[in-house]
Amino acid sequence: MSDVIPDDDGAEPIDTMMLPLDAWHRERGGRMVEFAGYWMPVQYEGILAEHLWTRESAGLFDVSHMGQLYIAGEGVEAALEAVLPIDLATLKPYGPRYSLLLDENGGILDDLMVTRWNTGFYLVVNGATKWDDIAHLREGLPDEVTISHLDDSALLALQGPKSFTALERVVTGKYPLSGLTFMKGGQFKIAGIDAWISRSGYTGEDGFEISIPAENAAQIADLICQQPEVKPIGLGARDSLRLEAGLPLYGHDLSPDTSPVEADLLFAINKRRRIEGGFPGAHRIMGELASGTPRKRVGLALDGRQAAREGAEVYKEDKKVGILTSGGFSPTLGHPIAMAYVDAAHAASGTILTIDIRGKRLPAGVVPMPFVPHRYHR
Amino acid sequence: MPRYFTKDHEWIDVDGGTGTVGITDYAQGQLGDITYVDLPASGSAVKKGDAPCVVDSVKAASDVYAPVSGTVSEANAALEGEPELVNTDPEAGGWLFRVMLSDAGELEGLMDQAAYDAYIAGL
Repeated sequence: MSDVIPDDDGAEPIDTMMLPLDAWHRERGGRMVEFAGYWMPVQYEGILAEHLWTRESAGLFDVSHMGQLYIAGEGVEAALEAVLPIDLATLKPYGPRYSLLLDENGGILDDLMVTRWNTGFYLVVNGATKWDDIAHLREGLPDEVTISHLDDSALLALQGPKSFTALERVVTGKYPLSGLTFMKGGQFKIAGIDAWISRSGYTGEDGFEISIPAENAAQIADLICQQPEVKPIGLGARDSLRLEAGLPLYGHDLSPDTSPVEADLLFAINKRRRIEGGFPGAHRIMGELASGTPRKRVGLALDGRQAAREGAEVYKEDKKVGILTSGGFSPTLGHPIAMAYVDAAHAASGTILTIDIRGKRLPAGVVPMPFVPHRYHR
Repeated sequence: MPRYFTKDHEWIDVDGGTGTVGITDYAQGQLGDITYVDLPASGSAVKKGDAPCVVDSVKAASDVYAPVSGTVSEANAALEGEPELVNTDPEAGGWLFRVMLSDAGELEGLMDQAAYDAYIAGL
């Protein structure tokens, strides 16, 4: 049989790096694969069990490969608005907001989270793109604005309906953890160690993202996993969970060849910016807002059990009308699901299309996303 | 009944002129949770090295290669409702398909159990 080739996200063939929790993952039986230039656990006990556990209870994900940046300096607000389509006037302190790094043509260079701290901004960017992002930001920001790569910090995500119960037991702070609702954050302590915690994540579940010093990561991961609700979860389930949640994955569903309008990420172009422009690619994006795009990112649901994968072609009768950018079996729903870019004429919910899987045409219906309802704590 | 193994982690049990093909326990462990098996149709001709069967896991789809040439005589119908048999019983109840061998000489290049065990120990 063919080798199982783990997904990579376009990592360069350089020496694979180790994350702060490398030994921690191996001790727990994590099967390590190369991802975004790092050794990372794709699974522990199995993707299906880990997926279902996260939906029922709580899973701890190591996302320390992601880039944590701190951007500050004179004129930082105007400088950031020149590179991101974000409206910082409406961004209150400590709550992360989703944004996009765009090129001059409005193509997506990365998707990211932006949080206002007291004197600057905390950004979380994708692991595989972080070096390019830093270079792009250095290029686009004036000299007075400095970028610090917080590479001595680890990042954990605790996701699932029992995340709050588990985390509350180990957290102390000036205010209770229950003060955080979805997309709010604050400074707390875990085992006496400073932790920046936001109520956010990428699984569609309630949950938290936790930034801590790398040197304390193993101790804190241990403490969280000692809670009976929590198990460590690998990259495999992270991918199937985010797919069910309808959340696009950079390098697959988003790329420099996709615009935010066709990717259905209009909410990332904040209202004032849609009117005023003044961000990279504004010309194209404002044009697309007015007259639409030739293609759209949609969700597809398949009957049966055979999954369609990234790269599979989508047809309406004999005409090719699109291509899959993500796809797999949905453990929660018990049937395969996919994301695809399809011609706008065939993007309406309820449209029946076919997907070519190794020469076989399987029917698939356009369905609204998320496939599995979000359960954020608002 | 002799059992042979390929470097691609298929096994074949040969009984007279018919071989029963599956994937090894090592292979199913590497693949993880199997959600679907695309089986070959009875009567279809296969050539050694063809991929008449695809095993789908949560993570990826993987080809299963024919260890020998011949004609498919049967596919394991139990896998349609229970593809996870390939995980739980890969080297018996989770067999994939049977093939009537057209050239028994093709078995000569395959490994026996001891050779296969040594092979995976070195991976």
